[in-house]
Amino acid sequence: MTRKLTRRRVLAASAAMAAGSFITPVRAAPPEPTRITPTLIEAAKKEGKFSWYTSVDLALAEKVAKAFEAKYPGITMKVERSGAERNFQRIGQEFQNKIYNCDVVNSSDAAHLIVWKRARMLAPFVPEEVAQYFPAAHKDPDGMFASWRITLCPIAYNTKLVKAEDAPKSYADLLDPRWMGKIVKAHPGYSGTIMTATQQLSRDLGWPWFEKLAKQKVMQVQSATEPPKKLAQGERAVMADGGEYVVEELKSRGEPVEIVYASEGTPLITGPSAVMANAPNPNAARLFQAWSMTREAQQLNIDVGALRSAHPQAVDRADMKKFADIKTLKEEANVVADQADAIKAQYVKYFKV
Amino acid sequence: MTRSFDLSRPVLAAVTALLAVMIVLPVGWLLVVSLTGKDGGITLANFGALFTDPTFVDPLITTLIIACSVSAICCLVAAPLGWLVARTDMPLARTIRTLVMASLVTPPFVGAIAWEMLAAPNSGLLNQLWRIMTGMPSDEALFDIYSLGGLIFVISCYTFPYVFILVANALDRMPGELEDASSMLGAKTWQTARLITVPLALPVLLAGALVAFLQALNLFGSPAILAIPAGFHTLTTRIWSLFQFPPKPELAAAASVPLLVLTVLLLRAQAMALGRRGYAVLGGKYGAPRPIRLGWLRGPAVALALFVLAMPLFLPYAALFNSAFSRVASRIVGPETITLHNVKFTFLELSSTMPALKNTFLLAIASATLGALLALLIAYIVARKAVRGYRVLGFLATAPLAIPGIVLGVGLFLAYTRPPLALYGTLWILLIAFVTIELPAAYQQLGSAFHAVHPELEEAGRMLGATRLRTLADITAPLLRSAVIATWCFIFVATIRELSAAVILFTSETKVLSVLIFDLKESGDVGAIAVLSLTMVAITTVVIAAANRLHGRPQIRPA
Repeated sequence: MTRKLTRRRVLAASAAMAAGSFITPVRAAPPEPTRITPTLIEAAKKEGKFSWYTSVDLALAEKVAKAFEAKYPGITMKVERSGAERNFQRIGQEFQNKIYNCDVVNSSDAAHLIVWKRARMLAPFVPEEVAQYFPAAHKDPDGMFASWRITLCPIAYNTKLVKAEDAPKSYADLLDPRWMGKIVKAHPGYSGTIMTATQQLSRDLGWPWFEKLAKQKVMQVQSATEPPKKLAQGERAVMADGGEYVVEELKSRGEPVEIVYASEGTPLITGPSAVMANAPNPNAARLFQAWSMTREAQQLNIDVGALRSAHPQAVDRADMKKFADIKTLKEEANVVADQADAIKAQYVKYFKV
Repeated sequence: MTRSFDLSRPVLAAVTALLAVMIVLPVGWLLVVSLTGKDGGITLANFGALFTDPTFVDPLITTLIIACSVSAICCLVAAPLGWLVARTDMPLARTIRTLVMASLVTPPFVGAIAWEMLAAPNSGLLNQLWRIMTGMPSDEALFDIYSLGGLIFVISCYTFPYVFILVANALDRMPGELEDASSMLGAKTWQTARLITVPLALPVLLAGALVAFLQALNLFGSPAILAIPAGFHTLTTRIWSLFQFPPKPELAAAASVPLLVLTVLLLRAQAMALGRRGYAVLGGKYGAPRPIRLGWLRGPAVALALFVLAMPLFLPYAALFNSAFSRVASRIVGPETITLHNVKFTFLELSSTMPALKNTFLLAIASATLGALLALLIAYIVARKAVRGYRVLGFLATAPLAIPGIVLGVGLFLAYTRPPLALYGTLWILLIAFVTIELPAAYQQLGSAFHAVHPELEEAGRMLGATRLRTLADITAPLLRSAVIATWCFIFVATIRELSAAVILFTSETKVLSVLIFDLKESGDVGAIAVLSLTMVAITTVVIAAANRLHGRPQIRPA
C-alpha cells in the first residue's frame, strides 16, 4: 500500500533538494488570479459542502468554518482536524486508494505541500488577494499554495507555578536541573509545527541540546496544541514547544500562561493551504481558499485565533508582541522535506517514544 | 421419505468459507508482507531487525509485564467479587453486578483519559486533594498515572469486568445440588467452597485469566494515552508508530508474529488443562444455588465491592462530569464556574460529532447482530463436532485474538484496498474489522455456554426427526437465549470501544466516535472528550437496557 508513496516521497524530496530552493517551478506560469465572483459562489452553493483538512487548533478551525458558513450560507464546511503529520499520512493513504475526501488542505509542515505538489496532488489556484498582496516567500510561483497562517513555536510557562523572573529566557535555560520533570513537549512525529521547529533547533542548537533536554524527564505529548493546555491545567510548569496562538488564546481567556521568546530566536512556522487536484467539491474548495486568504479572513485568524498573517494589510493584535520585533529562526521547508524521516529517527533515539 | 432436506451442510460450508475469507485474507497478507524484503523478495530480515533492535525488544518485555500483571490483578479482584455477588447473601449484589457490567461500557481509552484527570502527578484531582490535605508542596504527587504501574492499574480497571462476568455467570450456572450434597455429607462451608465450588469455577477462571492477558496484550488506546507521555512504548503503540510516516508495514507484521505464537501456545495450554475435565453442568434439570451466609462480614464485603467499583466507575465518571462542565479539567467545578461551553462546542460547533455518532451506532448494531449469529453457528459446529475439520473452524474463530487490533487493521487494509473487494473508505471495511475482532470473545462466550448445555437435549430433538438447524433453532437457541443476548450486548459495547483497528481504517467520511475522541485527545480538548464520552455511554446504556428487556425469563424451565 504505502510503499509506492514512500518511494514517491523520496523522489520528491530529493528533487526538491537538488533544486535547493523552497519551490521548484515546473510550469511556465501560474494561473490567472481568481476573484470571488457571483458565478463561483453559485457553483459552490450547488455543491453545498466540502471538507477541510487542517492541523490548526480545533476550536479555531471550527470558528473559521462558522465564519465561512455565515458569509456563504448554504455551504456546509466539514473540519477534519488532526496533527499535520497524521493528516499527511492519511491523505497519502487515501490518495493511494483513489479515495478523494479532501477538498482543501492546510498543513503546519510546509514540506508537505512540496511533496504533494511533486506528486501532482494539488490544483493550481491563485486567489486574487494572494497575487496582489502576499510576499513572494508566502506563495508558490506555480500558484499551487500560499501561506494561510503563520505562527511561532515559543517557550511558555505557567505564571502560578513560575515567577516571571525565574522563567527560562532561552533554550539553554531549559537544561537547568531545576526544570527536571517540569517540562511538557510535543512530538515531531505527529505535529508539523514541531517537525518544523525541530529541524530549525537541531540546525541552530545542535542535536546535543535535544539529548540533554530528553534527560530532563520531559512529558511527551503529540500535537503542538496540547502543551499549552497542559500548562494551563498546571500539569507542567514549562512548555519547551507548542503553538504560540494556542498560548495566546488561553492567555486571553484568563489562564495563567505566559510566552517566552527565547534569546536564541523562536522557530517560525508557516502553514500553507492548497486546493486538492481531485477535490470532490472543486468550486466550494476554490471559494474557501480564495476567501481564507482575504484580508477579512486573515484578520479573523489574528483576532480570534491569535495567528500571524502573510497578508500585509492584516494588523497584529495589540495584546501580542509585534511580529516584526521577534527574533525568528529561518524556516527551510525543503530541508524538512528531505530530512523529516532522519529527524524523527534522531528524535526517537533521545526521547524513546 | 418425508424427512425435510437438511440445510445444515450448505450453511456450514458457507460459514467456513466466510471465516476463511474474513480471517485468512488479512492474516495471509500480513504474513506475506512480514516475509517480504525491500526488494520484493522473500526474506527473514524483518524478524532479524525485530529481535536485535532494542526499540522492539523493550516494548515486547514491557507488554509482557503489563499483560501478566493485569491478568493476575484481574483474577485476584474478579474471582472474590464474582463469588460474593453470585453465591453469598451480600447486600446490593444485583446492583453491584449491574455496575460492574456498566463499567464495561466505558471505553478503556476514555477510562485512561479520566484517570489522567484524576491522577496526573500535578494537575490530577486526587493529587491536588492530597496536597490540600497534607500541605505537601506543589511538585509532590501521591499518584503518577504516567508510569508503568499507572498503566497496569488503568488497564486492570477496565479488564477485570470481563473476568468478573465469566466467573459470576459460571457460579450462577453451577448446580446447587453438588454443594448441597457436599454439605449434607458433613463438609463445612469453606470445605465445600474449596472442594466443589473452586474446582468447578477453575476452568472459567483460567479462561478469564487468558481473556485478561490477551486484552492487555492487544490494547492500544490506554497505552497510547499514558505510555507515550511517560516515555515508553508497548508493542501496540510501537506498531502504531510504525504506521506513522514513513510506514513500515513489513516490520509491524513481523512484530505481531511473536504475539500470534504466544497466543496459540496459551490457547493450546488452556485446551490441554481443561480437555480431560468434562464440565457439562447444565443438564435437563438443575437446582438454584444456595447463597452462603456471610454474617457480620456482609458490611465489609459490600464496602470492598464498592471500593473496587470506585476505580473503574465512580471516580472516573466524577472526573468526566467535572471536566464536561468546567473550562479547565484540573479545576473542580463550582456553582460559579460551571459552564456549558464544552456542551455547546461539542454539539453546535464540532462538525464531526453527528456523523461520528451515526456511524458508530450503525456499525455497533450491525456488528453485534452479525457477530452474534456467526459466533453462535461456529460455537455450535465446534461444540457438537458437526462437520469434519471443526477444529479448524474453532481455531479460525479464535485466531483474531492473537493479532493486535491495530495489526489486524493493517491486514484488513492490505486485503481490502485491492480488487475484488475494494472496501476501504466505506463502512463495510469497519464492519468486517469489528466482527472479526470481536468474534473470538463472542465465540468463547457462546462456546462455554454450549459446553454447559448437555447435548442430550439436542440429541432428543434429532432422534425425533428434526434437522440440525431446526434443533438449533428450537432447542439450543432458547436455552442459550440469555447467552446470545449477552454476546450481542458484548459485541455492541466492544464495537463502540474499538479504537485500534478503526484508527487505521477510518476515512473522514467513516469516522467513528472512538477515533474522534482520540483525535481530540491528541490536541488536548478534554472538555469535548468528556461531553462525547458521557453521551456515548448514555446511549450505550439505553441500548443495553433495551436489549436486556428482551432477555426476560428463560422459556424452558425445570418442571
